[in-house]
Amino acid sequence: MYQYDIIDKEFLVDRSNEFRGQVARRLAGEITEDQFKPLRLMNGLYLQLHAYMLRIAVPYGSLNPTQVRRLAEIARDYDKGYGHFTTRQNIQFNWIKLKDAPDILDKLAEVDLHAIQTSGNCIRNTTSDPYAGATAEEIDDPRVWSEVIRQWSTLHPEFSFLPRKFKIAITASAKDRTAAKVHDIGLLLRQGRDGSHGFEVIVGGGQGRTPYVGPTIKQFLPTDRLLSYLEAVLRVYNRHGRRDNIYKARIKILVAALGAEEFARQVEEEWSKIDAARADLPAAELARIRASFAKTPFEILPARSEAFELAKANDSAFARFVRNNVRAHKQPGYAIVEISLKAQEQTPGDATAEQLEVAADLAERFGFNDLRVTHAQNLVLPHVKLDDLPTVFAALQAAGLATPNIDLISDIIACPGLDYCALANARAIPIAQDIARQFADLDRAENVGELKIKISGCINACGHHHVAHIGVLGVDKKGEEFYQLSLGGSGAEDASIGKILGPALPADKVATAVDQLVGAYLSVRTDGERFLDTYRRVGLEPFKEAVYAQAD
Amino acid sequence: MPKLIELADGQARWAEDAFVHVTDEDAIPESGDVILSLARFEAEGDALLSSNSRRVGVRIESDQEVEVLAYDLPRIAVVALAFPKYRDGRAYTSARLLRERFGYQGQVRAVGDVLQEQAGFMVRCGFDAFEAADGATPEAWTKAASRFRHVYQRAADDRVVAFEERAS
Repeated sequence: MYQYDIIDKEFLVDRSNEFRGQVARRLAGEITEDQFKPLRLMNGLYLQLHAYMLRIAVPYGSLNPTQVRRLAEIARDYDKGYGHFTTRQNIQFNWIKLKDAPDILDKLAEVDLHAIQTSGNCIRNTTSDPYAGATAEEIDDPRVWSEVIRQWSTLHPEFSFLPRKFKIAITASAKDRTAAKVHDIGLLLRQGRDGSHGFEVIVGGGQGRTPYVGPTIKQFLPTDRLLSYLEAVLRVYNRHGRRDNIYKARIKILVAALGAEEFARQVEEEWSKIDAARADLPAAELARIRASFAKTPFEILPARSEAFELAKANDSAFARFVRNNVRAHKQPGYAIVEISLKAQEQTPGDATAEQLEVAADLAERFGFNDLRVTHAQNLVLPHVKLDDLPTVFAALQAAGLATPNIDLISDIIACPGLDYCALANARAIPIAQDIARQFADLDRAENVGELKIKISGCINACGHHHVAHIGVLGVDKKGEEFYQLSLGGSGAEDASIGKILGPALPADKVATAVDQLVGAYLSVRTDGERFLDTYRRVGLEPFKEAVYAQAD
Repeated sequence: MPKLIELADGQARWAEDAFVHVTDEDAIPESGDVILSLARFEAEGDALLSSNSRRVGVRIESDQEVEVLAYDLPRIAVVALAFPKYRDGRAYTSARLLRERFGYQGQVRAVGDVLQEQAGFMVRCGFDAFEAADGATPEAWTKAASRFRHVYQRAADDRVVAFEERAS
């Protein structure tokens, strides 16, 4: 894992001290809430429905046990005993007192964590593949480039006051676990014919009220030119992005207005004028970063583990967990383990302090001190020996963390919705829980297979409903909460925006409607066809029929 | 005369402002240094400059591009970059281009909604004079601008960046 050096550590201390001064000025009444707001937002501190919410960055989703334990401590000492993982590899605490915020930032800084650029119109926390460094699918470790971007973007003097927030995701696998194509910039690492590496650069994807799958503006950007090219993209956006209307200020609007080709041309023109020798990262620093990610001391193990095979044969619950939550590792004798934060009645993405501590212990004892956060609001132990899997499973089970539902219908992404969020029109958490309850039968859920449900409590789409196989959007109709369903979205490598199914439904009809959609799917699917593929083959009509036919 | 904060060798201090901002409606004063709008500069700048009796500055709004000044920059004493709101970050790009692309040596002045919280960003992008809107003192400005012992990325200033510190 990447280790912060004295420079990184002093940077976080300086940042924390700056914020402590700002909070003191606010608490002493020297600055107004209006003046304070932008300052706190630049430190991830929001004022939500009931309390302050602090959003902490998890750069490229990677945490060590010390950091996880510190998060547990903060959950216990300053919150109500839990934290909430988001779709962009952040953790949020929902019940923070303003006076405590500087102390929390200090405690985070002690373990190399912070809330820098988790809010505001700046380059947000860069997200990446939670399987980085563990999956055989990747052509290189995307964390190297994520760390390059972390450093470059941190308090970037030119790009800290952009027209709007700016989100970058980066992946190096054909299978995209970052939703790269619905980011302001998605970077997909590719291997050229000559073996060299380059990025396919996607710019102007996004969700919210104008959802777009981003177009590719550069097919193959040599990796060592990454920073100068990002500078060119951000500069074109900073100068020409709209600032007159908050809803039209994201880069996707600029790209759509100019057309991808013209936008790409402007970027190329700017790029050609940038002094590459100054803008691109020196090879020595790149090598230093790369070396720090190459150090997982894997043992040489046989590909097959007898203990693992025996446990699978003897314990059907373990076998089910392995089927759904365990993925192949690049290193023989190891596996990637996903920890679902979507147990029944759990708020999607929530983890209690105790659960965080269990995860930290497991990462320490069995996982090379490595824990990841996923875009789907789950956790990952990226490197577990097959021999250790039965023990890890038992520990997860004891902590309520062994729900075997990764990518299944109850592995639902949901925003905090009206229960927490000042922007929401409708609740999201109870809807997620209703649907999970409806599909509590694991045999049935496995039979349905991969089905991604995502729920947003408002049009801002934090729950990513646009890119869900089944999307659920909360809307307010004269003070009542209704839910609009959409079908056929995907945030993965086959990204697409979902289509609205029909009129919005009341809250108590949503789970039933999902059940009807699943029924329609099961009746027409062919062997091995995912819900999404069936929808793409047969279209909206049979599904519409299933939900609305008996309605009147 | 408005109070101006100037920066030299990493230290901010009060400076007497010799320049007068002339709006498009005002008559240009008989004498003395002036800062004009871009439109006014394009119309009347040549005459003023050739009289050679005073210095001329240009005010660039956030939606105007500094490239239009490229030819005239050696003759311009001040480029004032406007922040209509502190959140409008276009002037940061303008300042970097002036310093890094055009090698501009004159004063780059921040005007408008200029707050001490922006000091660090502004200084790094090449601003060296500030009409602070929040009553910030030079002491506050110096402190805000030098709060961070380290910086991660190259910009228009000459600070040693993190990867250079590591390599040394």
